[in-house]
Amino acid sequence: MMKLFKPRRHSGIHYSGINPKGYHPSQLKFYVLLLPLAIIMLLPMVFIFSHAFKPPDELFAYPPRFFVTNPTFKNFIDLFSKMSGSGIPVSRYLFNSIVITAVTIGASIIVSSTAAYALSKKRFKLKTALFAINTVALMFVPIAVTIPRFLIIDKLGLMNTFWVHILPALAMPVGLFLIKQFIDGIPDEVVEAARIDGASDLMVYWRIILPMIKPAIATIAILTFQATWNNADTSSLFINDESLKTFAFYLTTLTSTTSGNTVAGQGIAAAASLITFLPNLIIFIFLQSQVMSTMSHSGLK
Amino acid sequence: MVNKTIQRKSNFKNWFEKEGSAYTFLSGYALMFIVFIVVPVLVAILLSFTLFDTIQFPKFIGLKNYVTLLTQDDIFMKYVLPNTIQFAVIVGPGGYILSFMLAWMLAQLPKLPRTIMALILYSPSMTSGVAMSVVWLTFFSGDQNGYLNSLLLNYSIIQEPIQWLQSPQYLMTIMIVVTLWSSMGVGFLAMLAGILEVNPEMYEAGSLDGINNRFQEIIYITIPSMRPQMLFGAVMAIVGTFQAGAIGVTLSGTNPTPQYAGQLIVNHIEDYGFLRYEMGYAAAVSVVLLLMVLLFARVANKLFSSNN
Repeated sequence: MMKLFKPRRHSGIHYSGINPKGYHPSQLKFYVLLLPLAIIMLLPMVFIFSHAFKPPDELFAYPPRFFVTNPTFKNFIDLFSKMSGSGIPVSRYLFNSIVITAVTIGASIIVSSTAAYALSKKRFKLKTALFAINTVALMFVPIAVTIPRFLIIDKLGLMNTFWVHILPALAMPVGLFLIKQFIDGIPDEVVEAARIDGASDLMVYWRIILPMIKPAIATIAILTFQATWNNADTSSLFINDESLKTFAFYLTTLTSTTSGNTVAGQGIAAAASLITFLPNLIIFIFLQSQVMSTMSHSGLK
Repeated sequence: MVNKTIQRKSNFKNWFEKEGSAYTFLSGYALMFIVFIVVPVLVAILLSFTLFDTIQFPKFIGLKNYVTLLTQDDIFMKYVLPNTIQFAVIVGPGGYILSFMLAWMLAQLPKLPRTIMALILYSPSMTSGVAMSVVWLTFFSGDQNGYLNSLLLNYSIIQEPIQWLQSPQYLMTIMIVVTLWSSMGVGFLAMLAGILEVNPEMYEAGSLDGINNRFQEIIYITIPSMRPQMLFGAVMAIVGTFQAGAIGVTLSGTNPTPQYAGQLIVNHIEDYGFLRYEMGYAAAVSVVLLLMVLLFARVANKLFSSNN
């Protein structure tokens, strides 16, 4: 369906090396520049994989070795058989992270896409003004208002609840912005036609808009995933109850300089890092083509 | 009187029939937006004019916090502000230009290698800080087991292991390198998509108009045709730069960082807010930070706005 709205590129034009169909010797210089850089960029990530599977003697070998020689699952087994300092099993943190991330993604998709539909396809007085406010909010730096947020969350009684992980993440200006731009690409006639056939707003949103904006939904899912799964600040600022904290938070306790230097700690921290990192990578690999198609609508005018 | 009420009621009904559903669709997002973005910004502005220690009710003191910040806060003037500007200028525009150049080069390649390399370049930005701290702490570890120390000792470039993350003279450089490494984020993907979307006929026309090298092509065709994505990328770069400010504390493990060498404005806020409980003063620093972001964004807007 989306292909209807995306003009196909003219294939007959020979000039311009942008988006070539195949290999050409003129591309060689770009490979020469990009490949070494890509390898350097990749090294820390290869290191995470390699480090997590190292047995203790390799973790502390001198001179240190980059690649693992005798891979073992020992670090992972240690990680999950261990209790945190306050007696919470590590699997509990992981369970919290999974539930919180899943709920946040679901809620974020609903909240952003309904609002984006209204801002793109409905007619009302404040439409332009509200979208402009959201565009200014793209520049919002959450870290700057940690203190007022702290006071507000305290006043609302959200301190130490499951909800404090989820609700603040739903206010994501970039998410709304990207979905709205994407819905703008759907011709108004499609919506009008459904209207004439007697479809309600909810039906238009559910039956027409949602199926057509899957790439944008995938993008919001990824952005929300990254913001939530990797979030350790919420746990350290707003949660006292250890059983409500997240896996990312547990990882920060492992790497903090006070506890991270022990022999056992290093291996566990490496395993926990891999568990934190890997889902990010897998999800992005699966959804990258959707993200790219959303990004071509991302322009800020 | 009764008539008027009925009149008003039907006015409301009319309005609700016309616009009510739009506001209903908006309500969930709007509520979160107001509670977690608008109100915190307003509270920060209000608190910045007060003395507030979290126990007693905030006391209005006018502009005193700002005056103190500008005239008496030696640490802010001597370390935090210069550090923040240095970090922001290198990481912001630096990361942005790097993102654009990489995106442009990637656009010259066929789809498969392009996708793989875009994935590699983007992946460091997926997991900000937390998962990566293990890597950096091991790599820059201060004893001879640290990868960098071991490497340099091995080639006799240094004689003694260096405490990289604890030494004031190296911390800032390491922060910048680590942040640049993870700066190919959403903005980078947007610019890559933007470059790929430029209509090829534009290049054809350009070559007829006498554009004869790739550099001219970038300046006169590519960038002007993708201004909106350039602006989006710039805004994302600015936000990412200021948001990344906690990296110094993560790497050195202390706030304040060793001799304030890696102290950025967000660490200063945290220092005053959560370590000294001077919330009013911390709020004033927050407001300054938000103004800095706006100022940077204005410059970006001037550069790439589609109005000129």
